[in-house]
Amino acid sequence: MKIGVLAVQGDFAAHGRVLQQLGVPWCEVRHPEQLSEISGLILPGGESTTMLKFLFEEGFLEPLQDFARRGGAFFGTCAGAILLAREVTNPRQPSLGLLDISVQRNAYGRQINSFVDRALSSAFGPPPLEMVYIRAPIITRVGPGVDVLAEHGGHPVLVEQGRCLAATFHPELTEDRRVHQRFLQLVEAASAR
Amino acid sequence: MIMDDLFRVKVGLAEMLKGGVIMDVTNAEQARIAEEAGAVAVMALERVPADIRAQGGVARMASIKRIREIMEAVSIPVMAKVRIGHFVEAQILQELGVDFIDESEVLTPADEEHHIDKHRFKVPFVCGARDLGEALRRIGEGAAMIRTKGEAGSGNIVEAVRHLRSVMDAIRRLTVLPKEELMAESKRLGAPYELVQWVAEHGRLPVPNFAAGGIATPADAALCMQLGAEAVFVGSGIFKSEDPARRARAIVKAVTYYNDPKMLLEASEELGEPMRGLDVSRLAKEELLQTRGW
Repeated sequence: MKIGVLAVQGDFAAHGRVLQQLGVPWCEVRHPEQLSEISGLILPGGESTTMLKFLFEEGFLEPLQDFARRGGAFFGTCAGAILLAREVTNPRQPSLGLLDISVQRNAYGRQINSFVDRALSSAFGPPPLEMVYIRAPIITRVGPGVDVLAEHGGHPVLVEQGRCLAATFHPELTEDRRVHQRFLQLVEAASAR
Repeated sequence: MIMDDLFRVKVGLAEMLKGGVIMDVTNAEQARIAEEAGAVAVMALERVPADIRAQGGVARMASIKRIREIMEAVSIPVMAKVRIGHFVEAQILQELGVDFIDESEVLTPADEEHHIDKHRFKVPFVCGARDLGEALRRIGEGAAMIRTKGEAGSGNIVEAVRHLRSVMDAIRRLTVLPKEELMAESKRLGAPYELVQWVAEHGRLPVPNFAAGGIATPADAALCMQLGAEAVFVGSGIFKSEDPARRARAIVKAVTYYNDPKMLLEASEELGEPMRGLDVSRLAKEELLQTRGW
């Protein structure tokens, strides 16, 4: 099992460090052909507009849909969650549509409204998850097949649908590994089938 | 070192900008061109450094109207510059809601001895540095990101390379020094002892380390990345060139593929004329921007 981290820009190295710590083989992904070597793809935090343009220009869109159809698993944090969503607003922009959620970008405001929160997740139980929100999006709608695993202020912040996991915060910027471990379980379950 | 929640979200934004290009823009139209080209953030300015250099006079924080116009034009983070030590300009920009403040040597310094106490602000700061001591002094004051100073507005990469090598060499040196030598080294660097200890232990700066000052081509940007920078600022290099949109896209691509010569070749083709550069060694001492800051 090998995990890819989309390495256009953003905090892909932070995800890499987590995978390293967990002893999982991983690689930085910058070319669509690399998707055939991995079982799960992490879309990191960063600027979703920059990553989106890259995915268009470097011909990633079809290969990513193929990867999903072949049973590939996805984990998006912040910008990554925006890329995975079905619908994106503020402003409206295209997305991969692999996860049935609607997302509003920069929904808490600008950087001065970024914050750290600690909250329990139904997926893990105590202790609370430490959640770092940086110019974070808000999930404004979840489709019927989507499980909400954690919330903040009445909005879902950690959601899962099939082999797709997304957080509006940054577990890669904390020492808590439970969210990444959950993603690895999704990847393993998918590979076992 | 201080690693409270506030500092973590400040450094967190800097983390999100890694591997990206931050572009200087002077109006909403340029900001949209930058965003369209894949910039991860824009720096809102009254004039780009090459023009500040050419026109002289006192360079201050940009007008609020101009910064606001740029903030309304794009969805990516917007940065703006304040004069070194001018904490009231910083209070005003924080109130305006800019996402990052650059306490910058490109503007005319307001204080020739002291920088801003950046821990007192909710908004994160980036500061320029020419060597490790300067970088750690700024981090000690609360900077959440360090960039090389280079020589802004020169279109000449030589100073950014010098500063990047200087910082990286000094970091490598710290990692091999015996512990008992760290205090004397901290004295020599003029840097806080606890930060010197941190760098010696981790082998990197405690905050992201970006390159700036003189980047004019995709190759310049990739050179900085290969030398250890984690992202790049491009000031005059884009909007002083013949075809800004194309050059902006090319530099973005070069930063993503900084270690891939085949892609760098693609990024370097048919770009039009770059900005005209300056021979930094021929600049008079008082014309240098990099010597501002203490």
